[in-house]
Amino acid sequence: MSGQKFDNKVIQWVDDRLPIFSILQHSAVEYPTPRNLNYWWNFGSLAGLVLVIMILSGLFLAMNYAANSALAFTSVEHIMRDVNYGWLLRYLHANGASMFFIVVYIHIFRGLYYGSYKAPREVLWWLGLVIYLLMMATAFMGYVLPWGQMSFWGATVITNLFSAFPVVGDYIVTLLWGGFSVDNPTLNRFFALHFLLPFLIFAVVFLHVVALHTVKSNNPLGIDVKGPQDTIPFHPYYTIKDLFGIGVFMMVFLGFVFFAPNFFGEPDNYIPANPMVTPAHIVPEWYYLPFYAILRSVPDKLMGVLAMFGAIIVLFFLPWIDSSKVRSAKFRPLYKQVFWIFLANTFVLGYIGGQPPDDTTVMIGRIATAVYFGFFPLLWLLGKIEKPRPLPLSISAPVLKAKTAAQPMEKA
Amino acid sequence: MRKFLLSTVAAAIVAVATPALAHEGPKLEKQDWSWIGVFGQYDKAQLKRGFQVYREVCSNCHSMRLMAYRNLSYIGLTEDEIKDAAGEKQVQDGPNDQGEMFMRPARPSDHFVSPFPNEQAARVANNGALPPDLSLMAKARVGGPDYIYGILTGYGDAPAGHTVPDGMYYNKTFPGGNIAMPPPVDDDRVSYTDGTKATKEQIAKDIVAFLNYTAEPELDVRHSMGLKVLGFLFVLTAMFYALKRRIWADLH
Repeated sequence: MSGQKFDNKVIQWVDDRLPIFSILQHSAVEYPTPRNLNYWWNFGSLAGLVLVIMILSGLFLAMNYAANSALAFTSVEHIMRDVNYGWLLRYLHANGASMFFIVVYIHIFRGLYYGSYKAPREVLWWLGLVIYLLMMATAFMGYVLPWGQMSFWGATVITNLFSAFPVVGDYIVTLLWGGFSVDNPTLNRFFALHFLLPFLIFAVVFLHVVALHTVKSNNPLGIDVKGPQDTIPFHPYYTIKDLFGIGVFMMVFLGFVFFAPNFFGEPDNYIPANPMVTPAHIVPEWYYLPFYAILRSVPDKLMGVLAMFGAIIVLFFLPWIDSSKVRSAKFRPLYKQVFWIFLANTFVLGYIGGQPPDDTTVMIGRIATAVYFGFFPLLWLLGKIEKPRPLPLSISAPVLKAKTAAQPMEKA
Repeated sequence: MRKFLLSTVAAAIVAVATPALAHEGPKLEKQDWSWIGVFGQYDKAQLKRGFQVYREVCSNCHSMRLMAYRNLSYIGLTEDEIKDAAGEKQVQDGPNDQGEMFMRPARPSDHFVSPFPNEQAARVANNGALPPDLSLMAKARVGGPDYIYGILTGYGDAPAGHTVPDGMYYNKTFPGGNIAMPPPVDDDRVSYTDGTKATKEQIAKDIVAFLNYTAEPELDVRHSMGLKVLGFLFVLTAMFYALKRRIWADLH
């Protein structure tokens, strides 16, 4: 970062005292990036964009929201009806939460496919998982704030899970509730935490980026960068590619906001919370459904809760569970198939999590849960028995070769 | 580009496949509402008729606490008409200089006055059933407007073997089939001033339109703004794509 020279004297003066311009130049302009990143690598910057949109829209919502169980529901409707463009703020925020999870899930599965969690990117992977856990907590508490029927009963069901822990369970639940049932104190603390956690997420995202810039991006071939011929500067190549991705993403996101704003929502949440009336089925938001299915697949409450948390915790150990030295699934014929089965299985779990439990759905849920957890030992075994395809010598070699071969068609 | 298309498709699958959660109940017939679709807008004349139905029929039992009389200017009521609609209801105000609460006619700035002072009063007047607040009804039920239309037109004779308890009515759309609300709409239940024939179906459609408006008063603005925003984004994204192709051209 030293020795950077700028033409502009003011910039140079500032930079000699606080090297923000050097840092920018170093990590957002010249930053050497593998030249072969595909569009799946857009989802990291998209997640960052959504986080900013969520914090901004949330800030203005908080200015008009009342975190009190007698006022919350009406204050949200006040935002929808009386605050200028309040409906836009709220629909941006509500749909933004779903978009955040879609983007992050794609980002995570991209990491799984291309082996981005393997050495030297273990800490990068951990930080990503921490962000994901914080997002789950933040989204859960945010969903409670409108104080509709699903807010109230979702909060009741999810907080009650902690009561499964022996000895301390009931104390944890009382602490979460701030009393002996989900009530005004619960709403108050959830609002405070819902305001706080996004800034923690922001801090961990910062660490995630620092770690990324230390170990550098993985790439679709999963092989290390061998020299300058393998990389291109981040700007303008990836800035423009990210901008294009942002344009497409915003069209999808705003398509929901303007034309189907309640698509991801539950109609029951437009009924004010009523502790005396339980909705026919209580379903969490869609992004928790795979884990909800795992929870319900285990007959024992404590074991179910442990399985649910374990389903995420196990991901932290992925860098050591996966015994293969080859990163990208491109060169792992068996892992590639296992990956798609694992992905499809996650959809099955998600679907089952949204169904009312009966004999068939519980049975399917149990099989899918077994497949979910079976994935990890299988991953260890695969590394031992799989014969990977030969790896290319460098990133630039196959890129250039493929380009010459595909020249006539690739123009499209 | 192929990879990118794949990613969009994947995102779309995630979006469509997961939240379509379990909701049983009878199949709802989809009606051709004027506000459906990206170009959909409310028919103001219909909203006005719908308000007439609410005022003359529904409001005898159902509250609509989130609506204010002033909001009615959007559906085309004049200032005087709004004052009239508000003025026929009494609200409690005060305390006055003597420290006493008093009743006064409602003003345009007041929210719709509820027919019953509290839940218990509503229940005792309705055979134990609580007529729900209608402000958000069109968003608070699966199927929304089609569900409400299904309820309003779903009355009839119970099928053989289905017993309807005393004081209840058979309704094929209502979960369980037994509803406490007497059939609210019928031919010529209201007489429209704009010459529209007040058939049962017409009345049902008009009130559903009004209820959809009270649940989503921003819909007209939302749709027209959405078209402009997406049009702008489409052009911007196309330019980004052209620029991306041009910047990356020298790499290949």
